[in-house]
Amino acid sequence: MVTQRNPQVNLVNLSKTDYRGDPTTLCQGCGHNSISSQIIAACYELNIPPEKLVKFSGIGCSSKAPTYFLNRSFGFNGLHGRMPSLATGAMFADTTLIGIGMSGDGDTVSIGMGQFKHVMRRNLPLVYIVANNGVYGLTKGQFSATAEEGLALKGQGQNPYMPIDIVWEAVVGRATFVARSFAGDPKQVRELLKAALSHRGIAVLDIISPCVTFNNQDDSHHSYAWGRNHEIALHELAYVPPAEEIMVEYAEGESKEVDMHDGSRIVLRKLGADYDPTDRSKILTMLEEANRKQELITGLIYINTGQKSLFNLYHLPDEPLNRLSPDRIRPPRETIAKVNAMMF
Amino acid sequence: MFGFCYMITDSIINDFSITVGTVNGSGSQTSNLTLQRALFKMGIPVSGKNLFPSNIQGLPTWYTIRVSKDGYLARSETTEVMVAMNAATFAEDQAAVAPGGVFFYADDIEQAITRSDIVAYPMPVEKLARESDAPPNLRGYIANMVYVGVLAHILDIHIDRIRQALDFHFNGKEKPIALNYGVVQNAMAWAAENLVKTDPFRVQAMDATDGYIMASGNTAGALGAIYGGVQFVSWYPITPATSLAESLNQYLPMLRKDPATGKNTYAVIQAEDELAAIGMAVGAGWGGLRSLTSTSGPGLSLMTEYAGMAYYAEVPLVIWDIQRMGPSTGLPTRTSQGDVNLVYYLSQGDTMHVVLLPGSANECFEFGWRAFDYAERLQTPVFVLSDLDLGMNVWMTPPFEYPNTEIDRGKVLWEEDLGKIENWGRYLDPDGDGIPYRTLPGNRHPRGAYFARGTGHDEYANYSEDPDVWERGMERLRAKFETARGMMPKPEIVTKDEADIGVIAFGSTDPAVREAQDHLADDGLPIDYMRLRALPVCDEVRDFVRSHRRVYVVEMNRDGQLHQILSLETPDRAANLKSLSKNNGLPLTADWIEGAILAEERK
Repeated sequence: MVTQRNPQVNLVNLSKTDYRGDPTTLCQGCGHNSISSQIIAACYELNIPPEKLVKFSGIGCSSKAPTYFLNRSFGFNGLHGRMPSLATGAMFADTTLIGIGMSGDGDTVSIGMGQFKHVMRRNLPLVYIVANNGVYGLTKGQFSATAEEGLALKGQGQNPYMPIDIVWEAVVGRATFVARSFAGDPKQVRELLKAALSHRGIAVLDIISPCVTFNNQDDSHHSYAWGRNHEIALHELAYVPPAEEIMVEYAEGESKEVDMHDGSRIVLRKLGADYDPTDRSKILTMLEEANRKQELITGLIYINTGQKSLFNLYHLPDEPLNRLSPDRIRPPRETIAKVNAMMF
Repeated sequence: MFGFCYMITDSIINDFSITVGTVNGSGSQTSNLTLQRALFKMGIPVSGKNLFPSNIQGLPTWYTIRVSKDGYLARSETTEVMVAMNAATFAEDQAAVAPGGVFFYADDIEQAITRSDIVAYPMPVEKLARESDAPPNLRGYIANMVYVGVLAHILDIHIDRIRQALDFHFNGKEKPIALNYGVVQNAMAWAAENLVKTDPFRVQAMDATDGYIMASGNTAGALGAIYGGVQFVSWYPITPATSLAESLNQYLPMLRKDPATGKNTYAVIQAEDELAAIGMAVGAGWGGLRSLTSTSGPGLSLMTEYAGMAYYAEVPLVIWDIQRMGPSTGLPTRTSQGDVNLVYYLSQGDTMHVVLLPGSANECFEFGWRAFDYAERLQTPVFVLSDLDLGMNVWMTPPFEYPNTEIDRGKVLWEEDLGKIENWGRYLDPDGDGIPYRTLPGNRHPRGAYFARGTGHDEYANYSEDPDVWERGMERLRAKFETARGMMPKPEIVTKDEADIGVIAFGSTDPAVREAQDHLADDGLPIDYMRLRALPVCDEVRDFVRSHRRVYVVEMNRDGQLHQILSLETPDRAANLKSLSKNNGLPLTADWIEGAILAEERK
């Protein structure tokens, strides 16, 4: 018997509505809303039951976003700059879950730089999204650490400092999946999200996400106009789910495939120059060159599927730790005499 | 030549203090613990306290051992037997010996014996270390065994018990045991040949330590946590809390392999700082793991923000505070009870925390496991307030008892539970005790998920700025705190006949208060003693305050922090509550308490 697939639902029989969140309270046109939509789309298309996902965030406009997607997923809106530690502890509770961390540029590379660096080093399986707009929105328009030198903002004067490059920090910080995208390029955001959701380790997505209220002037490096005019995609990226055929044939040397642990693949079709996202040594040169030419490089910048994830280091049972019965977490009665004997 | 040339008629047996003055990092801890353990195995009540500098090598350090036939384990104000191994403190150490006391000194320290009211014994420390089999790089360490041997001879400490202590210390490893034991034997033989005992101090075997073990509060707390089913530990090194986490690392692999799969039923992470340590612990607690972090005052300052969030978002976790002297970096290696107010109110707004106050190593074990039951039952952070003295020093203590109650995971709903409930809201209070029902990530019921946050939320965990919703939520948290008041461990009361004066204390001051209570009774001033074991206080505490003419609150801080809390709890009796606080970084003594109470009472 052939079952009729309802076109309104995915393979786990859920409609897109099942992946939605509350109505957004962010500004109309905010890049973060576009990212939220792509998270909904990616999870729906990957057929992940929302109960299998857990959301985390810090503080800021970006960190409010998790209430605007995946209402049926558990979530925890934590403290400013402290999302990585919260997610690290929580993900140990049930390592079969998939974590999505939503952060911003202030949350990640100002107050949260320490935790950002350490969560990468530990390779926690987590899709770590930085909605990067170069500005503090919730406190009304101060410079963030990713604002370019010389940026002029209303009431703030000119930014005198050099910016922090999140991708650069992620690569140096030994993240095992590093991508950059642009909220004005939803298709790429979605494909990158799918790839990140299939990665077993930390996946850092630096998404330029314009703040329409405080930092969307045409010459601002975090504006829609700038993004549209300066985006250079490294490759055309397609996520191929497990057990699906690659439909398009590319000529020899035209594309590169990356195999993911869950059997899915990422196909990268060459657009311009040769770029190998598995070669860590070339990245900084590429980024330096792009910065010099004022290009917004997007795409999968680095991937390493060979590094052990945090959970692989702990020899944990297959059953989630948070479902272990009391008799499995309290040593048996007969051990107490042995313990007392060890005390002298 | 015999050690005893004449009989000392009025021997002082099993009732004196030994202080060893050495250089930090010289390896004297092995010798001091060996002495302490040997005395313990002779059945004599004994306590040891390491009074050490914040330094790895080179600064003066002291170790004080009290032997007490009466079982008094507090620090003593006096030192009857001094061992001087450090030239830098030779004069100071000599001056500190009680009149009629004994002064053992390393004979390579070329300084004068200036006291005529004490007995001085030289010890050929360098010579005997040189003559040992120790390789040159170990001679400095092994030299400390010389005083063990000389003291053993002069004080009558059984050599077999020393051997037993060394066996334990070196975990049965023949080579170091033989090396150290050899030096002890040679030193004993040298003393027997060369020293004439002219002092009255000696020890005599008793049976007063039968049924006791020796453990530090930090080891005990870690083991308690393991029996409490700890599943997640995140921590950052800090004196004096480090050994708690390190004990978890030591004993977890031994005790917590999953019986079903042989896998680990826990995870331990050394975090990048205390901000992350508590962040991880809060995440794990929210995720449904029995979660713990351990720190001291400076770390707690960093943990403040997440502690407040855990209170408001109602996340269970256990936070051990091994107090050291503050404010600021303060005295990192000195003890204190100065964090009472800090932990009780930790974080902004109307935050109030539940605090356990262990008073012995044994109780560190008990509260080690119970803390998780309280945290999960109440869905709130539970602080365990220990201190450097209790945590890092080795105490004789009753053996650890296997938990006598089942693990209580509190109000948790899984898929099948939710199926039976029509109207579940994460912050609803259906039972009227202020404690809501929670679900855990991984729960696949379509209504199981909720969004936790530190921002205002209603009973269904939705964001809310509604004034009534906010006020209602905070009132429920207060109601929950009142529920806690009735659940926490009751205080322990030791009464004396017809006392109308009371003392309230907590934690590591217990041995000093008990001893002072005995002395005061002998002085004709009976006092009742209540040892608090938790905050918030229960009705019994208010009754105790109200049923005594005057109540002294004894604690180790400057401002009488517990006294302040008790004054708020019994405002009608605030004038009758007197603060007796001492804040010098040293463990409290019975003499000080006795003197302070007598001074007040005889005003």
